[in-house]
Amino acid sequence: MEAAIKIKNVSVVLGGHFTALDDVSVELPEGQIVGFIGPSGAGKTTLIRAIVGRQKITAGSIMIFGQPAGSARLRPQLSYMTQAVSAYADLTVQQNLHYFATMFGIKRKDVGSVVTEILQVVGLTPQTKQLVGKLSGGQKQRVSLAIALIGYPKLMVLDEPTVGLDPVLRDELWKLFRKLASGGTTIIVSSHVMDEAERCDDLLLIREGKILAHDAPEALCAKTHSKTVEESFLKLVGAAK
Amino acid sequence: MSLHKTLATAQRVLQQLSHDPRTLALVLLVPAILLTILKFVFQGNIFLFDNLAPMILGIFPLIMMFIITSVATLRERTIGTLDRLMTYPMSKLDFIFGYAIAFAVLALLQAIIASGVVLGFLGVTVLGGTLPLILSAVVAALLGTALGLFMSAFATSEFQAVQFMPAFIFPQLLTCGLFVARDHMAKVLQWFADVMPLTYGVDAMKQVTAYAGWTGVLSRDLLVVIGYGIVALILGSITIRRQE
Repeated sequence: MEAAIKIKNVSVVLGGHFTALDDVSVELPEGQIVGFIGPSGAGKTTLIRAIVGRQKITAGSIMIFGQPAGSARLRPQLSYMTQAVSAYADLTVQQNLHYFATMFGIKRKDVGSVVTEILQVVGLTPQTKQLVGKLSGGQKQRVSLAIALIGYPKLMVLDEPTVGLDPVLRDELWKLFRKLASGGTTIIVSSHVMDEAERCDDLLLIREGKILAHDAPEALCAKTHSKTVEESFLKLVGAAK
Repeated sequence: MSLHKTLATAQRVLQQLSHDPRTLALVLLVPAILLTILKFVFQGNIFLFDNLAPMILGIFPLIMMFIITSVATLRERTIGTLDRLMTYPMSKLDFIFGYAIAFAVLALLQAIIASGVVLGFLGVTVLGGTLPLILSAVVAALLGTALGLFMSAFATSEFQAVQFMPAFIFPQLLTCGLFVARDHMAKVLQWFADVMPLTYGVDAMKQVTAYAGWTGVLSRDLLVVIGYGIVALILGSITIRRQE
């Protein structure tokens, strides 16, 4: 399978002294759901920001679909859901989606139908006219995810997309991710919820700026003689210490 | 840069304001109310007020726009929306000019209300006419927006952003010729005032007050203020980084 993302010897030093990523090399295949798993502060978000082109890398290279990360030609092909609810609290759900759809380059005549469809997908149709600031935590999270779904780009980078969501909705969203991936979309999901890790095709265990393991969940469990990803993660971290 | 995306950004900023009627009321009414109070402060010396009011009309909107813009754009940086937008197929100028246009609309409304109160209710007469007065007030307010956009890059919290107003605008306010004629100040301060944009904003108002018709100095003043505004917008767009 052709690699969608090629990361070679990437280091990121933040503020001149803190090494957030330390010589990371990995290739991620196209059309798969890749989970970035690890404790908070491990470097997941830094790696994500480097992939979407927001984080300058100190050394190494990141190529996405044959283009260097951060290049203008990649922008219409990727979406990025930040950890913060990056939507306008003082706009309605619909106004937020309209704005981001327009900025993403959705044609004026299609914006309305695109927004309606996505609101249905994330289950926010009843909240269409509500201000985002007045929504519950889980609903805000869905607004943020909805924005990332606009245009269904080839690469979706989602930083903790299902935090704070109820199990039913979480399950529906994973089904959606699965459907998108089978259509060729590459999805990167960061999480520290290990049961979500089991749903990924491919896992990166990240700790202290390094990749501790890179494997499919089943293979990872087999190698570490574990029943769950959580167990194998704990074993690997224990071994690394 | 795309006109469609710039206007969409301006529309979005105005939509945000429309959901915040208190801010809108403060922006639109505070300058007019302050000028009315000032009229009664100077009730023993109406001649002085007649000269002061137009200058104030150039300063208050600038200060308010400075604060509002710097807080609005700082918020955009802190809540993550700018983070997201910078991965989008859009130009930084769409963002900057979107803000500038939205606040220009607001500044125009503010200037019309404040000028209306000054010329109508407060009975001030300016020899230069109503339109040059409003134009000068709007241009000054736009400078406030541009400076606010630029300065917000140096603030990491809303506390800091608000403090930039006294730190950055007050020195200009003290030396712009509002309190003391500029040629009566210490030489060093005169040089300072000569290169500061607010000086020209206030000078434009003096021109409108004192001279009938459009003067060459008025043109110069407005061009200087607009020039500073454009430079501040460009610097503002440089401070927005695609990569951090």
